[in-house]
Amino acid sequence: MTLYAVQKFLYELNRTPALQTAYSNDRHAVLEPFDLTDEEITALTEPDIGKLFHLGVNGQILMHFAAFHQIEWQDYLQRMRDGIAAYGPVREGVYAMTTGLDDVVAPVHSASIEGSS
Amino acid sequence: MSLVFAGVCSHAPGITGRAHLADPDVRDRFYEAFHQMGDDLRAAKPDAVVIIAAEHFANFFMNNMPSFAIGMADSYEGPIEDPGWLGIERRQVPGNRDMSQRFITEVMKGSDISYAEEWKFDHGIMVPLHFLTPDFDIPVIPVNINCQGPPLAPLERAWAFGESLRRACDALPERIAIIGTGGISHWPATPDSGKINQAWDLEFMDRWCRNDRDALLDQSSYNDLQVYTDAGQGGFEIRTYLTVSAAANGAKGVVHFCEPIPIFAVSCTVATYDLAAVSSAR
Repeated sequence: MTLYAVQKFLYELNRTPALQTAYSNDRHAVLEPFDLTDEEITALTEPDIGKLFHLGVNGQILMHFAAFHQIEWQDYLQRMRDGIAAYGPVREGVYAMTTGLDDVVAPVHSASIEGSS
Repeated sequence: MSLVFAGVCSHAPGITGRAHLADPDVRDRFYEAFHQMGDDLRAAKPDAVVIIAAEHFANFFMNNMPSFAIGMADSYEGPIEDPGWLGIERRQVPGNRDMSQRFITEVMKGSDISYAEEWKFDHGIMVPLHFLTPDFDIPVIPVNINCQGPPLAPLERAWAFGESLRRACDALPERIAIIGTGGISHWPATPDSGKINQAWDLEFMDRWCRNDRDALLDQSSYNDLQVYTDAGQGGFEIRTYLTVSAAANGAKGVVHFCEPIPIFAVSCTVATYDLAAVSSAR
């Protein structure tokens, strides 16, 4: 229905362990009480981080959702960039993107890259 | 008693959660300053730490969003985030319901607030406590200022709230420390994360140290649209910093550390007010 409903679901999910368990068991069933469009349901169940960012989900809510899915930080940032590339600019809200698609904003320290290889 | 310690610090989740990705030189100097702030806070022997954070939808949502809220419980749980992701174990943090209730009653004489007998801590409180009270053994009175879901309280109201907090500190017999937490300029949790306006940060912290009310509330610099443009969504969190300024009641500040660490998404900052100089001058 609205960005509000998407964010309300994510807010409840992020702070409620029982809902997280239910989501893990049946992602579609836990969404039934929320008035969501098919596009929003797909984004929340895949999950499509890039689509959710494009829809305007507040980054502070989306970040927790990504962490719940064990998505690494750099991967999380890239998925949002991929979402903008695929779907266009953020539709609404204050969490828009201001840098270019290919900008490297927060480089990882070289030693940590070497240490992980 | 009164206010025995006042300061501000960063709270970005990357500080603990992405420590391994940062330049170790600047990271370790930041950690040293953060730990020193904790040593100084504990040396002030506070009976409680009032920690003013801009929480991130751990407790409050746009169905009922308070501009200002204070916790009133004997204990709090945190972090709400995945502990492995944040790098901080989940635990109970002590509160003091009786002290909170007396504190809130005094604050209400000057500011309209909400109180909450349930409160889950997110990184906005857990990251600072991790450095400042690493044993999590000093009772906390959590305070939230809505910096996430506009419309936001005007800066003047945040300043007035800080004055109310100070009057409450002065009215209670206990020794109180106040900590404001947040970023200065930052674009958190977006693809822009790591973008930092260092000049803007240093200018703001200069005004903070001078504790210049007019400069901190200057609407040509710090109206919400200008802050959003110059300092990102995260810049709205200057409310927590200037609330501490108001509570410090004329004290001057010292910046102990303020350097960008992009993988942490902010100019990592540690700063305190010299409360003793004010009280000895009066």
